[in-house]
Amino acid sequence: MTSEPSLDRRAAVAALLRDRGDLLVVSGLGSPSYDVHAAGDHDANYYLWGAMGSAALIGLGLAQAQPERMIAAITGDGEQLMGLGGLATIAVAKPKNLVVIVIDNGHFGETGMQMSHTGRGVEIARVAEACGLETRIARRVEDLETMRLELHRQGSGPRLFVVKVKAQAVPRSLPLRDAVHLKNRLRAHLGLQPN
Amino acid sequence: MRQNEWAGEEAGVTQSNLAATEPQAPSWPLRVYEVLKRAEVRQMAFVPDAGHARLIELFCADNEVVTNVLTTEEEGVAIAAGAWLGGERSVLLMQSSGVGNCINMLSLATVSRFPLLMLVTMRGEWAEFNSWQVPMGRATEAALTAIGVTCMRADTPDELVEAVGSAATLAYEADQQIAVLISQRMLGKKTW
Repeated sequence: MTSEPSLDRRAAVAALLRDRGDLLVVSGLGSPSYDVHAAGDHDANYYLWGAMGSAALIGLGLAQAQPERMIAAITGDGEQLMGLGGLATIAVAKPKNLVVIVIDNGHFGETGMQMSHTGRGVEIARVAEACGLETRIARRVEDLETMRLELHRQGSGPRLFVVKVKAQAVPRSLPLRDAVHLKNRLRAHLGLQPN
Repeated sequence: MRQNEWAGEEAGVTQSNLAATEPQAPSWPLRVYEVLKRAEVRQMAFVPDAGHARLIELFCADNEVVTNVLTTEEEGVAIAAGAWLGGERSVLLMQSSGVGNCINMLSLATVSRFPLLMLVTMRGEWAEFNSWQVPMGRATEAALTAIGVTCMRADTPDELVEAVGSAATLAYEADQQIAVLISQRMLGKKTW
């Protein structure tokens, strides 16, 4: 058994998104969307407020449409557990420009901190590895800089990074909820017009 | 790779001998494929259904289209959203039973007004032998309508080709979420 995670989720996500450059970001509902927003709102962010299980696969569709851009789908353990099958779909699709980042606090933070499957021993990184994704796990601040650099280069295939963070209640940092606006904002960032 | 059952179509058969081979070799998959190609579809995601087999083969053989095989249909709703965010049009193929797997995920498409085009082969409604297909077949249109997806029904190949063209315009140019329901009567009875 490893010791309790010590990373702070807000600081960890801010560290990963430092000097983000051309990175496109999709964030999963709940705390990951707040973490990404707290790191700095950006036209290249697509925040989810629902559709649990979708973040990594929105990342896949985006990665396939924009093969020259790097995509980070930043989500939580709860959301990724709902989309475990999606890891198989991503593995088969083999996007080199997609990194799924699971901010893993072992709990369903949005609904009262009930312990999740990862808190009870399930390792999403091992599931992802079994599917064929390249994986990394960050437990210390030093690991985050290695991960950050990885976000800016194409991989040999799809990757999944797990960031083990403390189960802590953090003040919410609420992004916009207007999904049509967010859609057209990201598309405009890519030079695409709304209909 | 299984044998192509309808290889004659790819060889460029004429209308008259197409009609002659219609019972074994329906022409609609190729016609639907051509409509979707003209609509500039660049991504196709699917959970297989026997009724979609030929259309799936056509897309998987097309280097201009990225195809994704899914573990569950709702994944395709998310991929379609990502594709549009990145500037590409996509289509999602599934059987009616898969519609039930998609319901909450469809809120992504409706709340964001992501163009969504689903082609749904119907089960459980015409000469169905498997009773397990009946409940979701009965619920398909009602469930899609309830979550905000517009349903267009096609009972003949001509209706289907026309519906897909119309649905493509509504989806990609008017930001609508459309499911084209392909009747089981048209698809034919499954042989066991």
